Amino acid sequence: MKKIYLLEDAIISPLGFSTEENIAAVKNERSGLKFHKNNRFPSEGFYAGIIENELLTEAFLKIGEPKKFTKLEQMMLLAVSQVLDKNPDINFSKTALIISTTKGNIDLLTKSSFPENRVYLSELGNVIKDFFGFQLEPIVISNACISGGLALAVAKRFIAAGKFDQAIVVGGDLVSEFVLSGFHSFQAMSTEPCRPFSKNRKGISLGEAAAAILLSSKKPKDPNSISLIGEASANDANHISGPSRTGEGLYKSIQNALREARISANEIDYLSAHGTATAYNDEMEAVAFNRSGLENVPMNSFKAYYGHTLGASALLESILTKHSLLNNELYTSLNFDEIGVSKPLNVIGGFENKKLRFAVKTASGFGGCNLALVLKKE
Amino acid sequence: MSDLRTELKHNIIEQLNLEELELADIDNDEPLFGDGLGLDSIDALELIVMLEKDYGIKLTDPEQGKEIFASIDKMAEYIEANRTK
Amino acid sequence: MSKGNYKITDFVHIKDHRIFHGKEQVFKTEKSLGLDQFLKASYKNLEIAYPKFHKMDGLCKLGIIASEVLFKDHFISPDTALVFSNSASSLETDKKHQQAMGGMVSPAVFVYTLPNIVLGEISIKHKLLGENVFFVENRFNPELLRDYAEVLLEAKKTPAVVCGWIDLKNAEYDVFLCLISKEGEIPLSKENLKQLYLFENE
Repeated sequence: MKKIYLLEDAIISPLGFSTEENIAAVKNERSGLKFHKNNRFPSEGFYAGIIENELLTEAFLKIGEPKKFTKLEQMMLLAVSQVLDKNPDINFSKTALIISTTKGNIDLLTKSSFPENRVYLSELGNVIKDFFGFQLEPIVISNACISGGLALAVAKRFIAAGKFDQAIVVGGDLVSEFVLSGFHSFQAMSTEPCRPFSKNRKGISLGEAAAAILLSSKKPKDPNSISLIGEASANDANHISGPSRTGEGLYKSIQNALREARISANEIDYLSAHGTATAYNDEMEAVAFNRSGLENVPMNSFKAYYGHTLGASALLESILTKHSLLNNELYTSLNFDEIGVSKPLNVIGGFENKKLRFAVKTASGFGGCNLALVLKKE
Repeated sequence: MSDLRTELKHNIIEQLNLEELELADIDNDEPLFGDGLGLDSIDALELIVMLEKDYGIKLTDPEQGKEIFASIDKMAEYIEANRTK
Repeated sequence: MSKGNYKITDFVHIKDHRIFHGKEQVFKTEKSLGLDQFLKASYKNLEIAYPKFHKMDGLCKLGIIASEVLFKDHFISPDTALVFSNSASSLETDKKHQQAMGGMVSPAVFVYTLPNIVLGEISIKHKLLGENVFFVENRFNPELLRDYAEVLLEAKKTPAVVCGWIDLKNAEYDVFLCLISKEGEIPLSKENLKQLYLFENE
């Protein structure tokens, strides 16, 4: 059975334009959530993690002409270029390009100097493919908020089956009026920065980010490496926007992922949850984690650092999980006040150094989808 | 009085896409959620939008929805007391 | 990449207001009917009897109708995977949401602005707790679908896969779903998927 390694990665977010900058920020409990004015909201604005356009343009100028690319494209291209910089000998005829996004360039529906077909997700794929010269047709995954992690699972499955040798997975999404207005109509937006798993949580904060990572079956030179040893997705079959009260799909995903990894719940050292800070999501996760025997595992949500970055979230957070393992560091579950779910959880209250080997990353999304990944430090 | 109730039933059937229902199928005091008409959480959110759009009532606390939307009668009473349109 | 002995157990097409189960036409309406009317007529004809249908957007209605026909004659395991794809994602509904953005938007519309919701609706109706994925491609890609279906089946992550194409753009639609398992006559191959997909254009 081929081992699949998680190699070089990059994060482009309000907390920095590299993985290193992002890890440093998270370690220091810095949040990218800021207040943004918007008349749609009764509180006259909302909290979100938004990348400053000027900073992005400045960074992108080093690799391309900003006017030719949308904001999301610039973010994703920057992320991929950082991964490629660390892999100058990459073989583009044997490396897949897998893209994760929920809404892509959806802001182009409003105003646009770009051609109409740029809004199509396959076009986004072509832009990235052509910029770098990938030779395989891009695979675009749009599966709500599990997309970023599902893209990792799809990459692993295809590499293991020999469809290609390695893959670059890149995920990204914007904080758009499209999505803001929608979540607002869902009464899902918190009036203050989100508080995952907390008693006083009032809903989500949105965020935008891009992240990229190289996956390969080739054993890396560095003895310290992370492999993806288990993954599974399952539908709740309950409701298209409300999660299952019994956490059915998430529980099933975790069980199947652990079974594939051939480890049990009590070997897990760290749990990186989805934790969007809605009343129902966090409760559902707590139920699923308890059913899976993970209630004592140190756990956090990254949503209070970044906001919910939708199609980027599971990928971005998997990268943070990877570095958590590599560094033997547990990062604070930011904005946690006191436990606000009906089942016990071991929420990481402050930064900690700890020897870590196995981690589980979970994600859930609209449409009843759920995902679990198992990461191992070799 | 009864005009508002008829109007509500009509709006609900249309807004919530309850295609297989007639006005006569909805009783004034029948529970709209749970076993009654079987409306769900998205329907509740749609009703909140309808309250604002059609009657100018902004629900500051969506939790109030459970009581207000309990039945056509309850909805009509609330709207009569609070409408600005 | 081909291995295993998997078959295209059954398939369904919906195009030009005609529904095919395998190669047999099971329902049609006048092409002049609007999409909504066609969908409603199909729903009635197939006796789907599922009031939630009327709340769904076009893409989901197409998915429910197609899966109803496809599942009719088979036991569908709750572990069945759903591997769908299209070119337009949920653009049809996205545009509807976009149009409302000047004022108050509808949560019932917004919830459908993700292509994978159709996987959710099918899962709910048929109680499927399996693997899901939604790929966005610029055209029907039989190789991707065959490869991914095989990967799932070989890894024993699923006993059966429903895979295919479900596209809706400017009220024009193109639906082709297959049930893949060990049962049936037609071997699962890129060529066979392509042939069956093209058949609808005759």
